[in-house]
Amino acid sequence: MDLLTQIVQQLINGISLGSIYALIALGYTMIYGIIKLINFAHGDIYMVGAYIGFFAITQAHLSIVPALLISLVTTGFLGMVVERLAYKPLRHAPRISVLITAIGVSFFLEYTSMYFVSPTPRTFPAVFGDVAVNIGDIVINGQQLLIFGITAVLMVVLTYIVQRTKLGKAMRAASYDTETAQLMGIDSDRIISFTFGIGSALAAVAGVLVGIYYNSIDPLMGIMPGMKAFVAAVLGGIGILPGAVLGGLILGIVEALVSGFISSTFRDAAAFAILIIVLLVKPTGLFGKNTKEKV
Amino acid sequence: MADKSKKLLEIKDIDVYYGAIHAIKGISLEVNQGEIVTLIGANGAGKSTTLRTISGLLKPKNGSITFDGENIAGVKAHEIVRRGISQVPEGRRIFAEMTVLENLEMGAFIRKDKDGIRADMQHVFELFPRLEERKSQEAGTLSGGEQQMLAMGRALMSRPKLLLLDEPSMGLAPLLIREIFKIIEDIHASGTTVLLVEQNANMALSIADRAYVLETGRITLSGTAKELAASEEVKKAYLGG
Ligand SMILES: Nc1ncnc2c1ncn2[C@@H]1O[C@H](COP(=O)(O)OP(=O)(O)OP(=O)(O)O)[C@@H](O)[C@H]1O
Ligand SMILES: [Mg+2]
Repeated sequence: MDLLTQIVQQLINGISLGSIYALIALGYTMIYGIIKLINFAHGDIYMVGAYIGFFAITQAHLSIVPALLISLVTTGFLGMVVERLAYKPLRHAPRISVLITAIGVSFFLEYTSMYFVSPTPRTFPAVFGDVAVNIGDIVINGQQLLIFGITAVLMVVLTYIVQRTKLGKAMRAASYDTETAQLMGIDSDRIISFTFGIGSALAAVAGVLVGIYYNSIDPLMGIMPGMKAFVAAVLGGIGILPGAVLGGLILGIVEALVSGFISSTFRDAAAFAILIIVLLVKPTGLFGKNTKEKV
Repeated sequence: MADKSKKLLEIKDIDVYYGAIHAIKGISLEVNQGEIVTLIGANGAGKSTTLRTISGLLKPKNGSITFDGENIAGVKAHEIVRRGISQVPEGRRIFAEMTVLENLEMGAFIRKDKDGIRADMQHVFELFPRLEERKSQEAGTLSGGEQQMLAMGRALMSRPKLLLLDEPSMGLAPLLIREIFKIIEDIHASGTTVLLVEQNANMALSIADRAYVLETGRITLSGTAKELAASEEVKKAYLGG
């Protein structure tokens, strides 16, 4: 393989991984946008999503699309329940209390899952066989095609919801200025709940896709991708949806290039190095606005 | 013309706190149907606090707020709009990252009558033709005066019975202030009752029926706008004379 082919191949791998990060990062950024909370439990929501998908496929013998849908709906609902029980009572509490609660929720989800599904990793069934597209020496495998397809569809749907629907517009209004949104008749509690639902649903899809991509899931699988997705969200400018997508893709691509051309040992280091560099150059992230500091 | 003897809003003895800070100390005021009432006072007197309490963003510790015959003290802000009170907050607070059109749509959030919304939007564009020219523009790119117009148009989109205006003249050039006040009169003439908070006492008293003067959380004077405009105390403290 010549160098160019190798680069293109790593780009494809990077975009697959990056799409996953992007899906998780979207939830982080949406939730941050509306209640200024770094939801540390978000990675664990993604893990739960992966397990729900896993059981839908292995126990209920569903095919991939219904399994994804079930995981998306159930996990979205779980996100809303978590918000209702853990974060809503703290609406007027200091931010640090909410942050600590989020860490608590994270442990709770991790260890409750261990109890119920055991800590042993599970092998995610191959849903695709050996489908692959070959373009010259470049290979795009079935899992990657699935990731591209599903991510693209979700981005379109999310953009539509956020840009065009009344609820989506209310969400943007409330993210920008919760109090004024209330003056418009927007029930901020409902919008926050809705945001957790959507964010968690996206994470669930990412969880199932990762299961399919790497064939393996375990109760602590959310920790590292959760952190990476957080990095992606900050990279793009926390609170900004296209920023989360761009941040996720950049991160995925850098990781793939570093693993492909240097060594996978440095993969994670590279991800965090990028974060540090971007934050030094542009503290608000790539898409962040420097001017506005909301009170 | 509306019946000016019917009380639309009646505030009785409310106290409002920010933590330990006692910002409103037992004030009472009323706004009758069809009036323009103005609340004037210096910085920090508690004008915005009063409006925010009426809108449900703050909860009075005691006392009552009756609107259209119902006690609304403690009712949540997003419910208050549905009762018919709309506010143009201090500093405009437009949704800067949304378009002018989307801002107006948010103003109509509580409504479902698509045709009515469209008609009212047209009406807002008649009041503020500059908004129509800029309807697809991000609201944050508007000038200060245009943002004020947008905030007013947005508040009208819920078809309020009572419109609360918090310092609409703030930061605007004199010519623009006159234009804004002219529009407040137009809005009033088309049947909306107005409670206007101002530091620009001159302008406010010139269009109001009645007025209250607020000083450090207490109402110190009240009367018809004419009486207050003629009062020596008001002249000295607020009319620069
Ligand atoms: N969020 C807050 N926390 C604590 N104190 C506050 C808060 N908001 C206002 N206050 C205090 O309450 C008092 C009344 O403030 P308010 O904003 O109602 O005054 P105002 O009459 O609207 O003044 P201005 O003309 O400057 O807008 C002031 O002493 C102010 O410092
Ligand atoms: Mg004020």
